[in-house]
Amino acid sequence: MTAQERIFLKDAVDNLKVRLLKIEAGQALKARLAAMGLLPGVQFKIINNGHPGPFVIDFKGSRIVLGRGMAGKVVVKPLES
Amino acid sequence: MIDNTKKIAVALAGNPNSGKTTIFNSLTGLRQHVGNYPGVTVEKKEGACRYKGYELNIIDLPGTYSLTAYSTEEVVSRNFIIEQKPDVVVSVIDSSNIERNLYLAVQLMELNVPLVLAFNMSDIARQKGLVFDIEKLSTLLDVKIVQTVGNKNKGIDGLLDVVLQTSGEPAKNLASLINYGSEIENEIIKLQQKFPDSGLSKWTWIKLLEQDADIFKHINNEEIVISVMESILRLKSILGEDPEIIIADKRYGFISGACMECVKSTIESRHNHSDMIDSVVTHKFWGLPIFIGLMYVVFDLTFRFGELPMNGLELLFGWLGRFVAGFWPEGSDNILKSLLVDGIISGVGGVIIFLPNILLLFAAIAILEGTGYMARAAFVTDRFMHKIGLHGKSFIPMLIGFGCSVPAIMACRILENNRNRITTILIMPLMSCGARLTIYALIIPAFFRHELRGPVMWSIYFIGIALAVIMARILRITLLKGETIPYVMELPPYRMPTMKSILLHMWERGWLYLRKAGTVILLLSIILWAAARYPRIETAKLADLNEQDTQTAMLKHSVIGRAGTAIEPLIKPIGFDYKIGTALIGALAAKEVFVAQMGIVYAVTEHDDISVLQQKLSSDYTPLQGFCIMLFCLISAPCVATAAVTRSETGAWKWAVLQFGGLTAMAYIITLIVYQAGRFLGL
Repeated sequence: MTAQERIFLKDAVDNLKVRLLKIEAGQALKARLAAMGLLPGVQFKIINNGHPGPFVIDFKGSRIVLGRGMAGKVVVKPLES
Repeated sequence: MIDNTKKIAVALAGNPNSGKTTIFNSLTGLRQHVGNYPGVTVEKKEGACRYKGYELNIIDLPGTYSLTAYSTEEVVSRNFIIEQKPDVVVSVIDSSNIERNLYLAVQLMELNVPLVLAFNMSDIARQKGLVFDIEKLSTLLDVKIVQTVGNKNKGIDGLLDVVLQTSGEPAKNLASLINYGSEIENEIIKLQQKFPDSGLSKWTWIKLLEQDADIFKHINNEEIVISVMESILRLKSILGEDPEIIIADKRYGFISGACMECVKSTIESRHNHSDMIDSVVTHKFWGLPIFIGLMYVVFDLTFRFGELPMNGLELLFGWLGRFVAGFWPEGSDNILKSLLVDGIISGVGGVIIFLPNILLLFAAIAILEGTGYMARAAFVTDRFMHKIGLHGKSFIPMLIGFGCSVPAIMACRILENNRNRITTILIMPLMSCGARLTIYALIIPAFFRHELRGPVMWSIYFIGIALAVIMARILRITLLKGETIPYVMELPPYRMPTMKSILLHMWERGWLYLRKAGTVILLLSIILWAAARYPRIETAKLADLNEQDTQTAMLKHSVIGRAGTAIEPLIKPIGFDYKIGTALIGALAAKEVFVAQMGIVYAVTEHDDISVLQQKLSSDYTPLQGFCIMLFCLISAPCVATAAVTRSETGAWKWAVLQFGGLTAMAYIITLIVYQAGRFLGL
């Protein structure tokens, strides 16, 4: 199966591995995510799409929670598992 | 030669959850104290450590991921390092999560500070199958590295040895440690050449290209600002991304390059057991009930376990009062006796009495934070707390507020965001505390039929909660509006907190309370004592009165009694007379004093059953007035202890005054509406 091209993080399902393409947000959020290493190109896995609550990802072994609003601003590319 | 009297300032920097605090505790033990950085509510922890004849002053900087200007904590940390120039900076690194932790360390290196890296929690990293080539990494990064296990006190002496050694060496120039790529490096060179006399370091130029607002503020030369802006635009068009993202990317690239050579991983995940626990405690359906259950335990621990030592303290201070009073003949009216017994001893008692609650609550909070559950609690409650403009964690202090506002306001320290914290502190008195329950217990049976008592009681609590929610919302869009910090948070793996860290946390908070709030509470209660006693009435006028009537006459004659009478015209529209006015003013000392003051006003003896007072109340007032008393006591002016702790926790009287004045004005308006509407309806 070929993965879809690009989706918003909020639409990603649990256990999906993705590559970060773009963050469509203001400077403050981008910088904060960048400080944690969430930069375009990195890969991570969705642990819990806590619909409608916050979102948990596994990034290099740490669990990071993103607010729901934020997950709607992060564009990712699903990877084949 | 070693200078034996040398003092060294050591700053600890590190990510949240890197175990920075355990290192700090290992180094300083009980020799630490908490303050605030000037002008901000960020906590400043300092401690002393003596080692090999050196006196080390250890400063625990706030936990941050970076040194940008986007959060107060980061600016505070950065400015401390730049302005105070500590002799050594120790960057505490969670060894099991080395890349992200090195990001901060790399930025510290670029600042050219004398740096030591503490690879903390190295035992956990080993368990997780991570193997480090420390020597090689140390060479690659050109920095000294020490492996530590903070919570087991391992590697601490080794760390101190390296700190002493580093403090004697000149700082290295590592500003060019990372190559930011030809585009960015060329822009920096161009800027440096264009402004050769600016005196700005490479670090500053990088920060300017990162569009760091705080650094821009310090640049007075407009030409520089314009040139930097041009460079940023140029870089954006060439690189297709904000320069700060590219800069972050290069730093991470440098780090992962170094790690690839020096860190070997044999096993992948460090989250197995944590994920298992999380699948239960952050579950869609079970998460909230589990949270509420745990909060019930915290509340119960704080107030039910607290009751025993509190009763003991009450007995102790009662005994102390009687003991001191024993130096005077019975019935003596000596001023010194009254000052000592009713002013100072009961004042100090009134301060100490909160201590069991505060210590127990902070033990519970230390456990919740130390295990890592607190981050989950925020996650679970965020959905509904977010709607009222507060952080999920605000739920915990608000719940404690039903017991007592004083520990609850102190518990607001768990909130990192300043605006959230102040909002939560300001609305706290609306959570109907235990002391106000004694007022309801007096009023409700006096005025309401048996079957109405429950609903009336719940309506009071509900009104408080509803007002708190509305006020929080209003504060967040008016006085305390502004950027909500984007909600990104790490869920740390679950850990077992050490007994030492729990005890230190309790001690620290208890001491902070006594030192900061305790003194103000004592002062204010002595003032209220004097106001209830002075001016005195001539003894001749009291000659033929019995004991109760004497007390009543004395109270009426005192400052409080006179103030109560003076405000009568003001409080008449809300259904109150001078008696209620007097009791309300007396109740500023503590809400439950209202009941005692009403007893004195009505000349009821202490031996009488409370029903005697209730009968007198129900013959003088209507149920509507009774309800209005409760409503006013719920919303109005918090007690002096709350005001004092609000001041000490926010660092400014203005917030305490705003809380006091705002709540009293709100109480007046709401009670006025209720009373007048009630009368209109013929209640």
